[in-house]
Amino acid sequence: MGRYVIRRLLQMIPVFVGSTFLIFVMVYALGDPVAALFGERAPDPATAAQIRRDLYLDHPLWQQYTHYMAQIFQGNFGTAFTGQPVLELMGSAWPLTIRLTIVAIIVEAVIGVILGIITGLRRGRSVDTGVLVLTLIVVSIPTFVSGYVLQFLFGVKWGVVNPSVSPAASFDELALPGVVLALVSLAYVTRLTRTSIAENTRADYVRTAVAKGLPRRRVILRHLLRNSLIPVVTFIGTDIGALMGGAIVTERIFNIHGVGYQLYQGILRQNSPTVVGFVTILVIVFLVANLLVDLLYAVLDPRIRYA
Amino acid sequence: MRGPARPKWAVCVVAVVLAATACGGGGRVGGPNAVVRASWGDPQHPLEPANTNEVQGGKVLDMVFRGLKKYDPRTGAAQNWIADSITSPDQQNFTVKVKPGWKFSNGEPVTAHSFVDAWNYGALVTNKQLNSSFFSYIDGYQQVHPGTGNPTAKTMSGLAVKDDRTFTVRLSQKFSTWPDTLGYSAFYPLPRAFFTDHAGWLKKPVGDGPYEIDSYTRGTVMKLRRWDGYTGADKAKNGGVDLQVYTDSNTAYTDLQAGNLDLVDDIPTTQLRNVRKDLGARYINQPAGIIQTIAFPMYQPRWSGGDTQKVRQGISMAIDRASITSRIFRGTRTPATDWTSPVLGPHGGFKAGLCGAVCAYNPAEAKKLIQEGGGLPGGQMKIGYNADTGSHKVWVDAVCNSINNALGNDKACVGAPVGTFADFRNQITGKSETQPFRAGWQMDYPLIQDFLQPLYYTDGSSNDSHWSNTEFDRLVDRANAESDRARAVSEFQDAERILAQQVPAIPLWYQNGNAGYSANLTNVALNQFSVPVYNDITVS
Repeated sequence: MGRYVIRRLLQMIPVFVGSTFLIFVMVYALGDPVAALFGERAPDPATAAQIRRDLYLDHPLWQQYTHYMAQIFQGNFGTAFTGQPVLELMGSAWPLTIRLTIVAIIVEAVIGVILGIITGLRRGRSVDTGVLVLTLIVVSIPTFVSGYVLQFLFGVKWGVVNPSVSPAASFDELALPGVVLALVSLAYVTRLTRTSIAENTRADYVRTAVAKGLPRRRVILRHLLRNSLIPVVTFIGTDIGALMGGAIVTERIFNIHGVGYQLYQGILRQNSPTVVGFVTILVIVFLVANLLVDLLYAVLDPRIRYA
Repeated sequence: MRGPARPKWAVCVVAVVLAATACGGGGRVGGPNAVVRASWGDPQHPLEPANTNEVQGGKVLDMVFRGLKKYDPRTGAAQNWIADSITSPDQQNFTVKVKPGWKFSNGEPVTAHSFVDAWNYGALVTNKQLNSSFFSYIDGYQQVHPGTGNPTAKTMSGLAVKDDRTFTVRLSQKFSTWPDTLGYSAFYPLPRAFFTDHAGWLKKPVGDGPYEIDSYTRGTVMKLRRWDGYTGADKAKNGGVDLQVYTDSNTAYTDLQAGNLDLVDDIPTTQLRNVRKDLGARYINQPAGIIQTIAFPMYQPRWSGGDTQKVRQGISMAIDRASITSRIFRGTRTPATDWTSPVLGPHGGFKAGLCGAVCAYNPAEAKKLIQEGGGLPGGQMKIGYNADTGSHKVWVDAVCNSINNALGNDKACVGAPVGTFADFRNQITGKSETQPFRAGWQMDYPLIQDFLQPLYYTDGSSNDSHWSNTEFDRLVDRANAESDRARAVSEFQDAERILAQQVPAIPLWYQNGNAGYSANLTNVALNQFSVPVYNDITVS
């Protein structure tokens, strides 16, 4: 087990280097960001040259990359065009996005699995068809539509919540954005759980458990659900990274100044330190989440062992 | 398992969680100490006066600073503010006298040094100030800001402090309306703390205006409070302003509707349809000093040689400005009939109809002129624009449609999007744009000079067409040397008439400023820069 984890962690190093380089090249390929700083006015050549020298933009791409990486290992993630260190931006943005993601994951996991169990056990009944149609609708509505609609209904029409999230962004304020962010995944989790449960209700071990005279509740939760969760856990695990990176739209609608917001600003202004820094952390989150999912398999299914 | 009960329960949990977040919206009290909650965008650059060239940072500077001159929010006239007098015997050497008694909010007096030091800082190339070119008229600018290489001086030789309240300025050329440019933010004074503790100052800028900054959380909110030590005539009539950063103007608008925000100064285009119904008289739509044009690449022989001016005139006549501004912009733009802006007023140089027939929609004449001029170069024209911000695609397509209809050719004009604004600007400044492109100009100060000289004078700082005309240059120079304001304005207009013949850029429309506010605010207005006049707002 320990050796397995170490091996997986070592594999992350080339992935980390490769992905930072790719992102760096992509932002670089967008062109020179300095002209945009001057707005509609033609850049003053002397000032522009000074800014380029300061940002290390007057060097070829490979030198810029090695310079950037060297700085990262000294704990310096560079600065945004506002003069703010990227590390400071991360410090303010990550906690928000992590909180939003936690809310979304809880919503999608709890509600999704519950709906999945119910529909899986009552296959073909009206509940099943009803939930299926509902998930189909949810999957086909883009986030920006559901976001604006729910924001208007809850925030303006009924006045239940603030339409935008305050800078403090406490968990209760993030409930509505969390639900919006989770909606699409929620539908997938429901469907995955349903299929898996429906498949396993006819499995031998379930029949055995029922024959042993175990209470129905225990059969469902201990035997049926635990064995049916593997595909769902895989999905939720990879979804953590997707939710963090994909929160751009939700964060925009609810005015949450998290990772999505900083990434959007960074891309718009072509500030490579911001984009590369944030995406690098996202890559690490993806890798760690995947590792955790793999380890969770062993917990759920004792037949799986890592050496 | 009693199945059907469960989903209901689950839905209820969500509803309860949501309901728990309900925030008691009421309980706001008005009065002279009440705070205005206004929308804001994150400033793109550090908040230094000479480094702020966009409206969001400009808003803050506008509240925290006062300069030698101030533009009247209604008329746009430049009034002496901290300046006691600015005099010149020859339109080139100026003596500036500063009023006594002005202070920064940290108690330091505003003196001649506060201005001279700030201007020298703004001009010095190693300080990388984006607006340093505003000091280029001052003698000695070349030494502190050479085109290449290191500066040979730290201060401009044209600036000299006589005593605490007097300094002199020597310009490198005659420029009679130069004192009127001094209301621009680049010319604001700076306290010593700016130079001694620069990083600390940037975290919480200190100025000499009616507001002081109470707290500033970068990228989120800035709380400004009325500074009671302010002695100027425009004291704040409210307790302060909370500027809240919004990423999406739609969210700000929703917050205004929900009563969580008092003032938005950017109405999203998608809401323009409903805004009158939603806000009624609390919707402001008034001209701002912004003009949109289509500029031609005059460095390309096929767009500038021979009879091509007829082609350029014809293209201008083929654009149906009236229907585009009413249908697409819903009245937030006004068809342009000159190259300036209505906010200048007739005294300041705005002259409706100066463009004449060239800016009037006349498809038959347009087709004739374009044919006489040899047709569109290469049989087709494109209009370049950046696709990342500003939703330019909609109107570019409409303009092209209008041109295509006039010429009876579906493919005569197409839009040419460029991915990012930076790339778009690079193509223009690098002269690699071979087709007409969209251009916009937001004035720095309400003077006709600012609409003409930077844009169309040979090698002007924003002459994107790289157009050059000796007669135009001569008239601008003469107007700048003119001491009488009315005569200067009329000479600038003579220069503008050359634009009407040559059409290096097609005027499209004047852009309005938009704002909406809640019922508990009164006295809300926008100035010519489409920025709310915060200090006049009262909260009830």
